[in-house]
Amino acid sequence: MVRVSLRVNDEVRSVDLDTRTTLLDALREHLQLTGSKKGCDHGQCGACTVMVEGQRIYSCLTLAVMHEGNTVTTIEGLGRPGNLHPMQAAFVKHDGYQCGYCTPGQICASVAALDEIKAGVPSHVTADLMATPQVTADELRERMSGNICRCGAYSNIVDAIIEVARSPA
Amino acid sequence: MRPFTYERARSPAEAAAAAIRNPGARFIAGGTNLLDLMKLQIEVPPHLIDVNGLGLDRIEGTQEGGLRIGALVRNTSLAADERVRRHYGVLSRALLAGATAQLRNKATTAGNLLQRTRCPYFYDTAQPCNKRQPGSGCAAIGGVTRLLAVIGSSEACIATHPSDMAVAMRVLDAVVETVKADGTTRRIPIAEFHRLPGDTPHVETALERGEFITAVTLPPPIGGRHFYRKVRDRASYAFALVSVAAVMQRDGTGRVALGGVAHKPWRVEAAEAELPRGARPVTAAILDSAKPTHDNAFKVKLAERTLAAVLAEARG
Ligand SMILES: Cc1cc2nc3c(=O)[nH]c(=O)nc-3n(C[C@H](O)[C@H](O)[C@H](O)COP(=O)(O)OP(=O)(O)OC[C@H]3O[C@@H](n4cnc5c(N)ncnc54)[C@H](O)[C@@H]3O)c2cc1C
Ligand code: SF4
Ligand code: FES
Ligand code: FES
Repeated sequence: MVRVSLRVNDEVRSVDLDTRTTLLDALREHLQLTGSKKGCDHGQCGACTVMVEGQRIYSCLTLAVMHEGNTVTTIEGLGRPGNLHPMQAAFVKHDGYQCGYCTPGQICASVAALDEIKAGVPSHVTADLMATPQVTADELRERMSGNICRCGAYSNIVDAIIEVARSPA
Repeated sequence: MRPFTYERARSPAEAAAAAIRNPGARFIAGGTNLLDLMKLQIEVPPHLIDVNGLGLDRIEGTQEGGLRIGALVRNTSLAADERVRRHYGVLSRALLAGATAQLRNKATTAGNLLQRTRCPYFYDTAQPCNKRQPGSGCAAIGGVTRLLAVIGSSEACIATHPSDMAVAMRVLDAVVETVKADGTTRRIPIAEFHRLPGDTPHVETALERGEFITAVTLPPPIGGRHFYRKVRDRASYAFALVSVAAVMQRDGTGRVALGGVAHKPWRVEAAEAELPRGARPVTAAILDSAKPTHDNAFKVKLAERTLAAVLAEARG
C-alpha cells in the first residue's frame, strides 16, 4: 500500500492504495467520484476522461501513484446540478447523449478540446500546421475521436461544443 | 494485474541502475502501452520505475542547428512545438495521425518508440507467440495476417511496429540518446534502433538491459515539403494499414519511409533516387524482397498508391 494525495476538484484528498490502482479506480472506488465511467479499461473508449494538470487523459491507463500532488478535475468538479458548466448546459440543450454513459468523458474531453484549440495545438485535419487552428465541425470530430458514443449522439455533441465555443466567455 | 513494487527515479543513471538491480523491472513513462499490457498480463514486471519526474520534458536547439527532444516530452507537446511544425512537419503530422488527444497528452517520445506490436496473437495469451513467450511458436503464421508484415519478417515472427512517430523519425535520420547504469552514454541512429525479428522477435531494439533513453535528437532541418499519409480502417483512432512519411524537395528528389509494413519503420535510401520517376519504381525498389501473405498482399499495392498520392500532392 502507498499513500497518495491528489488535489481533486479543489480539495486535497489522501488515500492508501495498492500500487496497481488506476487513477480511474482511485476516483470511483476510493473517492466515491463515480461520474467518471469505466467503459473498456484499455484506452479505447474515452468514458474515463478526466483532466490532470489541465490536460485531458484516460484515467484508466495511468496509475494513481503516478499522480502524487497533481490537480485532477472530474465531471463533478466542472459543475453540479443548479450550477452547470456551460458545456454541461449545452449538452443538455442539444441532446448530446441518450443513455449518458459516455457523457462525463465527452464533456471533460470537450472542455479540454476547446482549450487545446485556444492553445494552438494542431490536429490531424488542420490543413496548415503554421496557421491558428479554428473551431470547425471537422476539427471537433477529429479532436473528439477519442470518445466513443455507443448511442451515436455525435452530431448533437458537435453542435453543443460549437455553441460553447461561439458564446462569449 | 500482477502485484509490483514502485519507485520514483531521481536521475536517468539511477533509473538505469534500478532496472539492473531489479530483474524484470520496467520504466514507466506515460504508461499508455505498458499498463494496457500489464492488465492483460502480457507484461508482468515485479517492479516499476517511474521516470516522469526526471525533467526530461524539454525540447532544445542543438549546437548543429537541430533539436534535442527530451525522452519525456509528450506527443502533444512535440507535435505542437513551433520549431517542429515549421521545420519538421512530417513529425508533427505523424504524431497527430496517431492515437487520440487523450493518449497523446500522456504518451512520451521514448515510450512511443518502444511501444509494442499490435499483432492480435501477441495480445491473445491463449495463443503461442514467440515475442510474448520465446520459443512457443507463432500463431500468426498461417492465421489471419491482414494487419501483419509484408517485408523483413522471419519464420519466427511476422509482426509490424505500430508507431507512426517512428516512421517520421526514420525519414528525419533521428538519433536516440541513452544512458546505462554505469553512467556511460551512447547515440543510436534510428535506422539501427529497431531490430528485425530474426530468431529472437522478443528482442525488439538495440537497447541493452537497463539502458535508459534520455532524448531523441533531430539533425538540422532539410527543408522541402513534409507529408505523412496514413491509410487505416477508420478515419481516426486506428493504427495504420500502410503509412508514408516523405520529405520532398522542389526538384523532385526526396526521402521516403513506410509504416505498417515491417517490424520497424521501413526505409531504403537507394530507392529514393527513383523518386523523380514516380511512385511505382520507388515502392518496387523499397519492397523488392516483400513476401506478403494472401491476406496482406494488398499492402504492396496500397503502399504504391499512397506514395503516388503524396507525390501528386507534392507536385500540387
Ligand atoms: C487505443 C490506442 C490507440 C493507439 N493508436 C496509436 C496509433 O494510431 N499510432 C501510434 O503510433 N500509436 C498509437 N497508440 C500507442 C501510443 O502511441 C503508445 O501507447 C504511446 O506512445 C506509449 O508511450 P508511453 O509514454 O505511454 O509509454 P509507456 O507505456 O510508459 O512505456 C512503453 C515502453 O517503453 C519503455 N520506456 C518508456 N520510457 C522509456 C525510457 N525513457 N527509456 C527506456 N524505456 C522506456 C517502458 O518501460 C515500456 O516498456 C495507441 C494506443 C492506444 C491505447
Ligand atoms: S507475428 Fe510475432 S507477435 Fe504475432 S504471434 Fe507471431 S511471434 Fe507473436
Ligand atoms: S475506460 Fe478508459 S478509455 Fe475506456
Ligand atoms: S450517450 Fe449512450 S454511449 Fe453516448
